[in-house]
Amino acid sequence: MTTWRFAVNDAPVEVEAPGMRRLLDVLREDLALTGTKEGCGEGECGACTVLLDGAPVDSCLVPICQVDGARVATVEGLAEPSPEGAVLDSLQQAFLEAGGAQCGICTPGMLMAARAYLDGGGAADEAAIREAIAGNLCRCTGYTKIVEAIAIAAGGSR
Amino acid sequence: MTIRTSPGRTSSPIAPSPSAPDALIVDLDAIVPGRIRPAAPLRREGPAKLTGEAKYADDLVFPGAWYGATIRSTDAHARFDGFDLDPALDWSRVAVVSATDIPGENVVSLISDDQPILVPVGGEIQHHAEPLVLLAAADREMLRRARRGVTIRTTPIAPVFDPLASGHVFAHYEIASGDLDAGFAAADLVLEGEYRVGHQEQLYIENNAMIGVPREDGGIAVHGSLQCPYYIHKALKRALRLSDEQARVVQAETGGGFGGKEEYPSMIALHAALLARKTGKPVRMIYDRHEDLSATTKRHPAIVTHRTGVMADGRLVAQDIEVVMDGGAYTTLTPVVLSRGAIHAGGPYRCPNVRIRARATRTNTPPNGAFRGFGAPQVEFAAEVQLGRIAETLGLSPIEIRRPNLYQLGDTTPTGQVLRESVAAAEVLDRAAEAAEFEGVHARTAAARARRAGADSVPGSPLRTNGDRMASGIGVALAWHGAGFTGSGEVKLASVASVELAEDGRVRILTGSTEMGQGTKTIFPQLVADELGLAVGDVAIAPQDTAIVPDSGPTVASRTAMVVGGLLIEAARRLRAAVEARNDGRPFADVRVADAAIHGSTRVDQAFEPYPHVHFDDDTYRGDAYPAFGWAACVATVDVDLDTAEVTVRDVVAADDVGRVIHPILAEGQVEGGTLQAIGYATIEEIKLRDGRYLNDRLATYIIPTSLDAPRITSLLVEAPFSGAPHGAKGVGELPMDVGAPAVVAAIHDATGAWIHELPASPERILARLGITRPIDAEPRLLAVDDAFREPIDAGTDPRPDAETDPQVMRGPRDADERR
Repeated sequence: MTTWRFAVNDAPVEVEAPGMRRLLDVLREDLALTGTKEGCGEGECGACTVLLDGAPVDSCLVPICQVDGARVATVEGLAEPSPEGAVLDSLQQAFLEAGGAQCGICTPGMLMAARAYLDGGGAADEAAIREAIAGNLCRCTGYTKIVEAIAIAAGGSR
Repeated sequence: MTIRTSPGRTSSPIAPSPSAPDALIVDLDAIVPGRIRPAAPLRREGPAKLTGEAKYADDLVFPGAWYGATIRSTDAHARFDGFDLDPALDWSRVAVVSATDIPGENVVSLISDDQPILVPVGGEIQHHAEPLVLLAAADREMLRRARRGVTIRTTPIAPVFDPLASGHVFAHYEIASGDLDAGFAAADLVLEGEYRVGHQEQLYIENNAMIGVPREDGGIAVHGSLQCPYYIHKALKRALRLSDEQARVVQAETGGGFGGKEEYPSMIALHAALLARKTGKPVRMIYDRHEDLSATTKRHPAIVTHRTGVMADGRLVAQDIEVVMDGGAYTTLTPVVLSRGAIHAGGPYRCPNVRIRARATRTNTPPNGAFRGFGAPQVEFAAEVQLGRIAETLGLSPIEIRRPNLYQLGDTTPTGQVLRESVAAAEVLDRAAEAAEFEGVHARTAAARARRAGADSVPGSPLRTNGDRMASGIGVALAWHGAGFTGSGEVKLASVASVELAEDGRVRILTGSTEMGQGTKTIFPQLVADELGLAVGDVAIAPQDTAIVPDSGPTVASRTAMVVGGLLIEAARRLRAAVEARNDGRPFADVRVADAAIHGSTRVDQAFEPYPHVHFDDDTYRGDAYPAFGWAACVATVDVDLDTAEVTVRDVVAADDVGRVIHPILAEGQVEGGTLQAIGYATIEEIKLRDGRYLNDRLATYIIPTSLDAPRITSLLVEAPFSGAPHGAKGVGELPMDVGAPAVVAAIHDATGAWIHELPASPERILARLGITRPIDAEPRLLAVDDAFREPIDAGTDPRPDAETDPQVMRGPRDADERR
C-alpha cells in the first residue's frame, strides 16, 4: 500500500492503494464518486472518461500511481453547488434541453470529453465535435442530440 | 407450438381488396405531420443523470455485500458429470451454490419451462455459456481464487449449430391468404431470393447487474438493471418458493435495454437471490462486458427466402416466404419473436395471394431473445431487398415499385386484418423521399454510375474505372411495425396502471413501466398532468418497485406510451371525475388539496380493456394481429470507397408515424438512436462463432458505430393516430430499427451495383458480391428472372460477376413445371 495525493474536483485527497489500482476503482469505491461509470474495462467505450490535468482519459486504463500529484475532474465537479441544489453548468444544461442524455450511462464520460473539448477552445463545429467524442460510445441517441448539445454549449445556436 | 391458418379469401388472385369497412376510419387529413407542441418538459431524471447522482445497480452500496460469480460451461453440448473443488482452498470463506440449492423449481420462468437456472449434475448442457455453479465471497480476490478452484467435469455430446439442420422446432407458423398457385400463374414475372442476417448484440452501455438482498421475512429483494420487474418477480417466486411479499424487485437506474434486459435479468436475479439466500448477505452479481457479451441474449439470426410474383407494372400478386430463425439453446421468447417475424414478413404491401411459413429451431448456442424490432428487422430487411431487386428487374424506380403496392386504408393483411385506420405508409414514404430529394439524387447517382462504366479501369482497383475514388448511392426502405403485443397478448397481460391523489394533495403515478432512457418518467407525468389540469411538476412518479407499483406489463414492444400511457389517461380521467363530482364540479386542480384533507387518499387502478373492434384468434392465427401499425420510411445516402469497398453512411432521413407525438425531443431521440442501431446492423455489427462460442465477445472486437460513423440523421415525425388509445399514440421505439438496414443496402447497390444478401454489408461481402474476391458466405439462391425482363437490367453499367460465377438462375415462370 502506498499513499497517493492528488486533487479531485479541486479538493485535495489522499488515498492508500496499491499503485496498479485503477483510477476508476479509486474514484468509485474509495472516494464514493460513482458518477464515473464502467462500460467495458478495456478503454473502448469511454464511459469512465475523466479529466487528468485537463486531458480526457479512460480511468479504467489509468493506474493510480500515475495520478499522484495530478488534478482529476469528474462529472460530480461540473455543477455548482447551491443551497437549492446543484446548478447545472452550461454544458449539462444544453444536454438536458437538447435531449443529449437518454439512459444516462455514457453521459458522465461524454460530458467530460465534451468539457475538455470546450475548455480547449472548441467551437460549434460539427465535424470537430464528432472527432472530440469519438472515443465515447453511446447506444441510445445516434449522437445527433449530443453533438447538438455540445454545439449549443460552444456558443452555437440551435 | 404449431399454428396453421387456412386460406381465408378466395377472391381473384390479382384483385385488390377494396372493401373498406365502415367503422373506425380516420381521415388521412387528420394526420398532422411533425407537429411540434410547445413546452415539452425536460427529462424528469435528466439532472440526476447529468450530475452523476443517478444510482445505477453497480452504484448502489449494501454494507457487508459479497461478490458473486457464475461458473459456466465451456462445452456447447455435453452431459454435466459434476464439479470438484480444489482441496487446497479454504472453502469455508466461499459460498457455493449448485442446482440442489434451489428450493423451488429449477426453471427460469418465461414462455416455456425448458431453461434451468443452473444445470443439475447429470443434466444436459445446451450451450457454452450455460450457468452450472455459483460462487460468492466477501472480497474479489477470494472470489478470483475460488473461480480457479472449481473444475467442471463433462461428457461432450454432438452439438447442432445449423438452424436449418436442427430437428428441434421451438415454434412454427403458417399464414396464408388467397390462392398462391393462381397468383404465380397470373404473374408476369417470378423472382426468388435468399437473405441471411446474423446475431446482433443490444450493447446497452451499462452491463447487466443485479444485487440480491436477504429480507427479514425470509424472502429476497433484488435491485438491478432491468426492463420487466414482474417477470423477475414471478421467476423468484417459483424458484425460491416465495410469496408475493417475500419476493421484491426494485429497478435501479437502467443504462439502456433495447430488449437485452427483458429476459436475461431474471436469470441473474435468480443467481443473486440464491447466493444471498445461501450466505445471508447481500450479493452483487455485476457482469463485466465480456461476460455480458458472451452469455446474454442476442437478436435472432434468420434465413429468409422469397418467391415473389409480380405483374409487369410492378403490382405484387404472389408472395411465398419462408423464415427460419435460430433460437439458440432454449425457448426464451423465440415463439413470439418468430410470430412477429412471420406477420411482418411480406412487408407493408398489399398482396392478394400469400403464404408465409416460419419456424424457429434449437441450436447449441446461447439463447437468442428480445432486441428492438423483435423479429421484424430480419424479415423486413429481406422483404425490402427483394422488392428492390424486383424494381431493378422491371426498370422501375424504388419509389415507383412501392407506391402502387403499399398498404392503404381498407386493405387486408395476410392474417385477414382489415386496416381500418391509422395507415400512413404513403405518407412516410413521400415525406422521406421528398425531404431527401430522392428522385433527383437517384438520377444523379445513376448518371455517375453510367459515367464510371464508360471509363477505363484503373490497374489494381477493379471497382474504380476512372478518377473517382468514391461512389455515392441512395436507397429507400419502407416498413410497418405492429403496435404493442401480438394478437391477444395485451388481453392476456391485463396490465394495471394507477393514479393516486395522496393524503397531502399530491398526485402520484404508479406503474411497473421502467425508464431505461426512452422517456417513460417524462411522458407519463405529461399525460396525467394534461388530464388533471396540473403542471407537469405537480405529478410525481413512484419508483419501479414491486412492493409499491402494480404490474403494468413488461416495458417492451413499443407498448409503454400507447398501452400504459393510455391506461394512465383513463385513470386520471376517472380520478378527476370522482374528485370533481364530490366538489360541486369545481376543477380538480383547485380542490385536490382540500379534497384529500377530507377524503384521504384516492387511488384509481385502471386495468387494460380490449380495444374495441380488435379481434384475433390465436388458434387459427387470423384476425387483427395488432390493434394498429406504425409506419416507417428511411432514405440513406452512402459513399462507397471503390478501392476498399468501405461504406460511409453519410445522411439518413427517417420518417416515422408514431400515432401521436407526446414529446418531440424524446420521440426524435428514439428515431435517431434506433436508426443508428440499424445502420450498425447494416454495416459493421457481426458476431462470429466457432464451435458455438462467440469469438468477438469483447467491446474491442464487437464494434458499434461511434460519433464518426454516425450519419447526419433527419427525423420526421408523422401522426396517424390510433383511435383505441385515448391519446392516439402507437409507440416509436422499434420503428426505425426495421428500415435502416434495407435502406443502406439499397444505397450500396445504387453506388456499386451489388445487392448484398447477408448482413452486415461489409467491404468483404461487397467485394465478393462484385466478383472481385472469393465468396465469403455460402452462395445464396438469387433471383430467378424471366428472360423477357432481363433487358431492363443495366448490365452494361453495373460491375457484375461474370456469367460463370453468377449464381443467378434464369427461368421463365410460364414454363409448365413452374405452374405446379
